[in-house]
Amino acid sequence: MNSFILIAILLTLATIGYSFGQRRARKVSGGEPSTLHSRPQYYGLYVALWCGIPSLILMAIWLIVEPQVAEWMLISNLPEDIQALPADRLSLLINDVKNLASGNIVSREIDGALQRAADGYASARQIGNAAMVVVAIAIAVIGLGFAQRHITPTLRARNLFERAVSVLMIAASTIAVLTTLGIVLSLLFEAMRFFAQVPWYEFLFGLSWSPQTALRVDQVGGSGAFGAVPLFAGTLMITLIAMCVAVPIGLFSAIYMSEYAPPRMRAIVKPLLEILAGVPTVVYGFFAALTVAPFIRRTGESIGLDVSSESALAAGMVMGIMIIPFISSLSDDVMNAVPRALRDGAFALGATKSETIKQVIFPAALPGIVGSLLLAMSRAIGETMIVVMAAGLAANLTADPLEAVTTVTVQIVTLLVGDQEFDSAKTLAAFALGLVLFAITLTLNVIALHVVRRYREKYD
Amino acid sequence: MDAVAEAEAPQTMLQNTPKMSTRRVNVYYGETKALKDVDLDIGENQVTSLIGPSGCGKSTYLRCLNRMNDVIDGCRVEGDITLDNVDIYRSGLDVVQLRARVGMVFQKPNPFPKSIYDNIAYGPRLHGLAETKADLDNIVEISLTRAGLWKEVKDRLLAPGTGLSGGQQQRLCIARAIAVNPEVILMDEPCSALDPIATARIEELIDELRQNFTIVIVTHSMQQAARVSQKTAFFHLGDLVEVSDTEQLFTNPRDQRTQGYITGRFG
Ligand SMILES: Nc1ncnc2c1ncn2[C@@H]1O[C@H](COP(=O)(O)OP(=O)(O)OP(=O)(O)O)[C@@H](O)[C@H]1O
Ligand SMILES: [Mg+2]
Repeated sequence: MNSFILIAILLTLATIGYSFGQRRARKVSGGEPSTLHSRPQYYGLYVALWCGIPSLILMAIWLIVEPQVAEWMLISNLPEDIQALPADRLSLLINDVKNLASGNIVSREIDGALQRAADGYASARQIGNAAMVVVAIAIAVIGLGFAQRHITPTLRARNLFERAVSVLMIAASTIAVLTTLGIVLSLLFEAMRFFAQVPWYEFLFGLSWSPQTALRVDQVGGSGAFGAVPLFAGTLMITLIAMCVAVPIGLFSAIYMSEYAPPRMRAIVKPLLEILAGVPTVVYGFFAALTVAPFIRRTGESIGLDVSSESALAAGMVMGIMIIPFISSLSDDVMNAVPRALRDGAFALGATKSETIKQVIFPAALPGIVGSLLLAMSRAIGETMIVVMAAGLAANLTADPLEAVTTVTVQIVTLLVGDQEFDSAKTLAAFALGLVLFAITLTLNVIALHVVRRYREKYD
Repeated sequence: MDAVAEAEAPQTMLQNTPKMSTRRVNVYYGETKALKDVDLDIGENQVTSLIGPSGCGKSTYLRCLNRMNDVIDGCRVEGDITLDNVDIYRSGLDVVQLRARVGMVFQKPNPFPKSIYDNIAYGPRLHGLAETKADLDNIVEISLTRAGLWKEVKDRLLAPGTGLSGGQQQRLCIARAIAVNPEVILMDEPCSALDPIATARIEELIDELRQNFTIVIVTHSMQQAARVSQKTAFFHLGDLVEVSDTEQLFTNPRDQRTQGYITGRFG
């Protein structure tokens, strides 16, 4: 709460700085703003930046560093014998001190030393925070004064401001890139730990998946088999079924929308189809589990087939419906982008509309269409909820779409649901699966982007 | 008019029998009228050029001749337009057949994103003009030769047509149009996207093609009209103001507006 008030104060100061800067710029220009290097607003922004940025940076650093410093001070103030405790017990004790200081429930009896430590800790933090607030405001005021003093008609305020903004943008994108990198690296490292326990060839080529390992020696548990082939096969089968549903429906509706539908119709149909992509997957999931799966089962039984109540077919079909808009919308855009001149060229040679579509528009749009298919596919591979609810959890290695199967994503969920040891093979297996999944979807996306880009170069 | 009987008439008729003729042609885009009562005859094995200020309806008129206006929403054509004395707007006429007989070349070269070979072979395949692969190869070679492109591309027939230069692309489009062996070729500003050298080549080509085809060309260049055409029609605000032999029209125009346009006073 404290920091919110501080931020509000700093922003107010910056606003004041903005108007001061503007006024000051007008003044130094001697009433003729055209003699200034930049327009007065930029001088205002310049002052506002000097006022706001340094103190905000200070605050950010403080928020990161302060807890560590406070803890270090706390430890060094504790009696010698406590400091000598083993690391895990020491950290429990420190937790208690912190809880005591903030008035939370404490897991042990409170003795004098503990109480003293807590009081010291609380007051240190209080003093520290107060000091920080004062310093931050002081810096803001100093920055304001400094920048305002600096304003001259030749100051390149616009360039300075624009440079600051571009630094800001670079910082923002760096954060995004670093986050991605962090996720990938942590996947990689945890997967390495997994492969230290289970050999990679067993994981990639093993035919049996049963990740339940015994937690205690005397426990009766699964043997712990980590052959991921059944999962890959399940993923592949469900994705294939989904594509079998989505590709024809998606492509035909794309062709209808871009070539045959009157504009009014297209304006209605396209957003309607796009709604399909906006339906939460969990809704699709219970739709699949409660409507489609029983329907398939009943139909199957009536013609004498043995259908399990959870089947790859149900999940795949519903997933196919979900990814239709990826194909239809993107393909429609791509076909619309085929220049009118090409259509005219074909018509002028005597091609009919359907011949033109088949022989000219479709081939010209093909790279973009392939791109849309790949995007839809990577979406299908990554989908979890529908499969959890409709295809089951059993890691069967089967080619029969009427049986229950499971996918990579579903297994990741089941591996991590509930209480887990974070270094057991079972938990780490999730990272290995995640890594494989990431590699596959990344490859698909890269191919899709590449194909789409090649398509773009064609008509300019 | 006894259309059917005359349609069978062989090409050995008198030179000055018009190949195509239009009578009282009115074209509307929605409510606006783009062409008003245009009467014009297109002579066989002649080059007819259409000139006039921008927006006067030259392209609109040209598109009437192979019914390319059909694909434009809200465009309506009235009047009689005949090819070899057969009404091309009569019901039951096969537009596909018509466009095989009346080909078109556009302002901007628009090769299909296919190989050079497939670009040329597209029309013949569509209309089943070639029985065998050898026939098709032959058609491709003849068309490219006639368009003056064969020497330049004979070693890379399988390269994409979009990879050619602008002038080559336009000659490719001309070759594509003549590959279906049409009787009339319509050209809408075929040189406006080209440099003077490429333009000169296309003009030469048009002059050669005149032996075998009837050509209608829209152009903004009066020099070009004077160089390539035998007959010139001047359009103004949807009216056909004047049509006569090219030399006559440029040296001795009858109408004030024509005079004004060719001397550069407006347009
Ligand atoms: N698709 C269309 N929809 C509506 N109006 C059109 C359309 N095409 C042409 N017009 C109108 O019809 C008139 C004639 O157009 P047209 O394209 O035939 O002119 P043009 O003589 O070819 O001109 P330019 O020399 O600039 O090519 C113009 O007023 C134009 O605005
Ligand atoms: Mg035009």
